[in-house]
Amino acid sequence: MLVTLLGISILAFIVIQAPPGDYLDIYIQQLRERGIETDREELAGLEARYGLNQPVLVQYFKWMGNLITLDLGKSLATQQEVIDILGERVPLTAMITLLTTVFTFAVAIPIGIFAATHQYSLTDYSVSTLGFIGLATPNFLLALILMFLASRWLGVSIGGLYSPEMVTAPFSLAKLWDLIKHLPVPIIVVGTAGTAALIRIMRATMLDELRKQYVITARSKGVEEQRLLFKYPVRIAVNPLVSTIGWLLPEIISGETVTAIVLSLPTVGPLLLTALLQQDMYLAGSIIVVLSLLTVVGTLLSDLLLAVVDPRIRMERKAAAA
Amino acid sequence: MSADVAIAVKDPSGPDQLQEQYFIASQWQLVWRKFRRHHLAVLGMSVLAVLYLVAVFAEFFAPYDKLLRNTDLRFAPPQRIRVFHEGRLTAPFVYGYTTERNLETFREEFTVDQSQRFRIGLFVRGGEYRLWGLFKSDLHFFGTRDEGGYVYLFGTERLGRDVLSRIVIASRISLSVGLVGVFIAFILGCLLGGLSGYLGGWVDNVIQRVVEILISVPTIPLWLALSAALPATWSIVAVYFGITVILSLIGWTGLARVVRGKLLELREADFVLAARIAGKQELPIIRQHLLPSFASYLVVDISLRIPGMILGETALSFLGFGIRPPAVSLGSLLIDSQNVATLTTHPWMLLPALLVIVIVLCFNFVGDGLRDSADPYHQ
Repeated sequence: MLVTLLGISILAFIVIQAPPGDYLDIYIQQLRERGIETDREELAGLEARYGLNQPVLVQYFKWMGNLITLDLGKSLATQQEVIDILGERVPLTAMITLLTTVFTFAVAIPIGIFAATHQYSLTDYSVSTLGFIGLATPNFLLALILMFLASRWLGVSIGGLYSPEMVTAPFSLAKLWDLIKHLPVPIIVVGTAGTAALIRIMRATMLDELRKQYVITARSKGVEEQRLLFKYPVRIAVNPLVSTIGWLLPEIISGETVTAIVLSLPTVGPLLLTALLQQDMYLAGSIIVVLSLLTVVGTLLSDLLLAVVDPRIRMERKAAAA
Repeated sequence: MSADVAIAVKDPSGPDQLQEQYFIASQWQLVWRKFRRHHLAVLGMSVLAVLYLVAVFAEFFAPYDKLLRNTDLRFAPPQRIRVFHEGRLTAPFVYGYTTERNLETFREEFTVDQSQRFRIGLFVRGGEYRLWGLFKSDLHFFGTRDEGGYVYLFGTERLGRDVLSRIVIASRISLSVGLVGVFIAFILGCLLGGLSGYLGGWVDNVIQRVVEILISVPTIPLWLALSAALPATWSIVAVYFGITVILSLIGWTGLARVVRGKLLELREADFVLAARIAGKQELPIIRQHLLPSFASYLVVDISLRIPGMILGETALSFLGFGIRPPAVSLGSLLIDSQNVATLTTHPWMLLPALLVIVIVLCFNFVGDGLRDSADPYHQ
């Protein structure tokens, strides 16, 4: 866990260092374009803050130290502190990620069970077909297609998270309701591929379980079908699903980034794009750190969840501790 | 292994000939036999074969040069191929357009002009090109021979360039990125996964930690950040390889895990032990016994990874950090359709997206078919 975080910080630092020229060069150049001569003292201050005149390794540790104290540097373009910019947008990203994960599971589990219990039925085939297409359609293309259909047939624009008149409004119940109305489209767009994948896994593990002897025994003893299904096979089939969060979360966050750009959501995605276009590398690097952090924390939570769902894991831990 | 084979032959009373064939067939023959029974996989493979053929000879199959502009026809809608003219069956042709500017919306409006008829012919002479930059030719798969004629089956885009030609040319980059990227990822994955699984100890530890870190970082943001760092002065070829390397640097992790897992599993297998007791060296054991026994799993893993690479490149180019103009990929063709207004009035700009979906779908079918047939002894 700590090693992972350290590795992520190194990766993000590489991203910051990757473009030619350092922060100051770009800063001076941007000021010149606006016709402002740079102030020597200010430059010296910045140089000290980021340790720019020192070797790369020192710069890294300086940056790491700042990172731990939540000093993420200043955005070149807006001159705001990075932490303030992120503060506005990260909660929305985290919320969409969480809701998408919940959506994915809420849709995939019942459909997976149904497809498995009605194998080779019309529903099973149509779910599989839709699943294949859902897996093959990258979410930003899905966003484009939905945007096209919505504006063509319904005459509405489905981008954004708020209606235009609500964007600058102070927080209120009306604004919250507006947000809730705008949430389904991004959640569906980001969640489709993951849902398709989870349905396939759920269906496959359910089919495996249903063929096992304890199910046959229970059925021959006359256990009611509903009870039989939910008591054991479903519980076992959900476990591998929970452990998929480890790869599902990076996918969702990565999909959310692109989808947010297409649908112009006020989340971290569009911010990353503009930061990269303007070579605003401290902002870009911080975004990478934050997004990776979201996955790491999410994966950790899913491990805990797995221990709750799957008693075998709890038992193993206890046995190991004893 | 022998127990598996015995189970596989379900019907002992079946024709002896078939059984005989089954027993003497090599592993790859069995895989192929099983794969052929997977109809979707065979369909996917056929479609991909056609697409790759078109991509290899893209200049020949594209009716026009990807940069050739028709300034009179910007955003022209796709033309329909017709075979009836004035109620009579004729050779295939398209009608031309007359354009008029709508003074209220200031948009160019196209009306089908039945007096302009352009016959479509196969193997016509058209714009000159150099196939693979080497062979000069002006032969195109189809086009029109009529003077002043034009055929835009998929319409034209913002600058009056033929969408179909651009898609055909773009498919070359989009389809090859997957293969080249997977090839690099394959080498990295086998090497690092192999070291990890075979050596164990601290090497294994370090490599596994690196894999974990790379897996936990969301791919697209990292890809974006890395490709934003590619210098603007690089040539098209350099950018292409830069992007492929970036895609594969992050994509090797899955393969490394498969290789490591299989090596760990097989290292203790009886036949390896037997080889070791027989006095065989370690490297020959890996080459002759270990590799062939999980090669089929590698093939499956690779085929399921190619679509991810293709989608990655599409996303990067779509956001403007991938392939740079004048080169085109399916993603960069979609840049214009980020604008909803453009998309609503010119829906044919979405056609590259459909092709992307078809390509990924086909790869998924093939991958699924391969996975089902990778272990031919398993029923």
